[in-house]
Amino acid sequence: MTPLLEVEDLRVAYGKIEAVKGISFTVEAGQVVTLIGTNGAGKTTTLRTLSGLLKPLAGKITFNGDILNGVAPHKIVERGLAHSPEGRRLFPRLTIAENLQLGAFLRKDGNGIERDIQRIYELFPILGERRKQASGTLSGGEQQMLAMGRALMSRPKLLMLDEPSMGLSPIMMQKIMDTIRELRSQGTTILLVEQNAQAALSLADHGHVMEIGKIVLSGTGQDLLHDESVRKAYLGED
Amino acid sequence: MNELPQQLANGLILGAMYGLIAIGYTMVYGIVQLINFAHGEIFMVGGFGALTVYLALPPGMSLMAALPLMLIGGIAVSVLVGVAAERFAYRPLRGAPRLAPLITAIGLSIALQQAVWKWYPDAKKARVFPQFKGDAFDILGATVQRGDLFVIVAAPICMIALGFFVSKTRSGRAMQATAQDRDTAALMGIDTNRIIVLAFAIGAAFAGVAAVAYGLRTGEVQFRMGFIMGLKAFTAAVLGGIGNIYGAMLGGIVLGIAEALATAYVEFIPGMTQFGGGAWKDVWAFVLLILVLLLRPQGLLGERVADRA
Repeated sequence: MTPLLEVEDLRVAYGKIEAVKGISFTVEAGQVVTLIGTNGAGKTTTLRTLSGLLKPLAGKITFNGDILNGVAPHKIVERGLAHSPEGRRLFPRLTIAENLQLGAFLRKDGNGIERDIQRIYELFPILGERRKQASGTLSGGEQQMLAMGRALMSRPKLLMLDEPSMGLSPIMMQKIMDTIRELRSQGTTILLVEQNAQAALSLADHGHVMEIGKIVLSGTGQDLLHDESVRKAYLGED
Repeated sequence: MNELPQQLANGLILGAMYGLIAIGYTMVYGIVQLINFAHGEIFMVGGFGALTVYLALPPGMSLMAALPLMLIGGIAVSVLVGVAAERFAYRPLRGAPRLAPLITAIGLSIALQQAVWKWYPDAKKARVFPQFKGDAFDILGATVQRGDLFVIVAAPICMIALGFFVSKTRSGRAMQATAQDRDTAALMGIDTNRIIVLAFAIGAAFAGVAAVAYGLRTGEVQFRMGFIMGLKAFTAAVLGGIGNIYGAMLGGIVLGIAEALATAYVEFIPGMTQFGGGAWKDVWAFVLLILVLLLRPQGLLGERVADRA
């Protein structure tokens, strides 16, 4: 079976500085795959390239049979790849409901959109209660829920989440991780970027460890969770 | 005789024109953070577009019948120039340091002025713009010329239409999203290049309407008319809070009225006698700009920038 997403020898640079130095990995439909690593490893750069915000220097991105290199971001969403960016990046002066509607910008099925918005409100009741509130007034955790909900509104084939746990309290982080687990059980394919290696690996089918632009270690989530070097470097054990 | 109603009417009419032009500054700035200093010239070419249409119409035609066609002509020329400026002057510089598009805008402004001066027939001096004949109206103690009624009617229509577009239509919602976060708007599937072109086009269309109003009011168009009007409208946009469309119109009207009142009454302030009258007219707008920048830099309706939690 061909993978849903195949990244081959991807290289991305900011000017002369190469941030991603030739990485390859795949995501199969139905899987949760995680990229872990410290700040500056190139994880966010990878996601921004996959969604078309950055142009690759070299390499090939194949998604659902199509090559994505050089395709504009708004066309990539259309093909079923949604990206919930680092720092959540909501539209702060628009309401929660308006943010969710924008997530469905390319869809034409008004009733389906309404139903999906209701589903997001069921998933995150607090968003439903505050639907008319400007999203800039939400707490960090609520903003993260909205960012995930907004990305889901395009009914993506692949959902990319960049650091969903960043800056959240332990309780809120647990809630977000539970939600990712629930999305997985519903069959959503997810590419998860995280600094919180413990949380990410414990729910991922596959994981890749990135260090300064390269993948240095790959394996199943459980393998990496028990790998000695990973434990030392990312799970704070000695 | 009480002059106040007259001064207020003058200020309102002038201010509505500033406001219409200011919309173009504020929309473009709101989306691409560029002060399009060629916008005054986009306004100016609209005046020549409308004049050209008028001259092409059969001589016996009444101005009332010609006006819609002149309006279309003015808007079309402004939009064409505005969209071309975006496509060929500014888009290649996207991502360049901010000084580059700013200097390009100033260069474009000079180039457009000179192009009209050189190539438009007899444009080296002011060209006569058609005037409505007939008596002025008396409205609440102010004398309002027939030609000035145009902007009094057109400005509110334009604002209501724009307000509806931005808040109620799909493209308007996409425009708000693009203004708030361009990259993320693209991630929603919004073609942000199209939205940027749309912002330039709407701003230019409003400038075209303002140019017709200007021609009807002053009875002429000339290649330099965009310079001072553009600066005043830019001031109005900053005064209202740059990026805010309602702020732009409010800023225009406040500016117009302040200018009219200062011109009429400053000379009666003890010690300010020498600053009275029309010679100092243009100074007041910039005094106001400096005061706004000192006391309320975000403008009257501007929001504080605290977007991220």
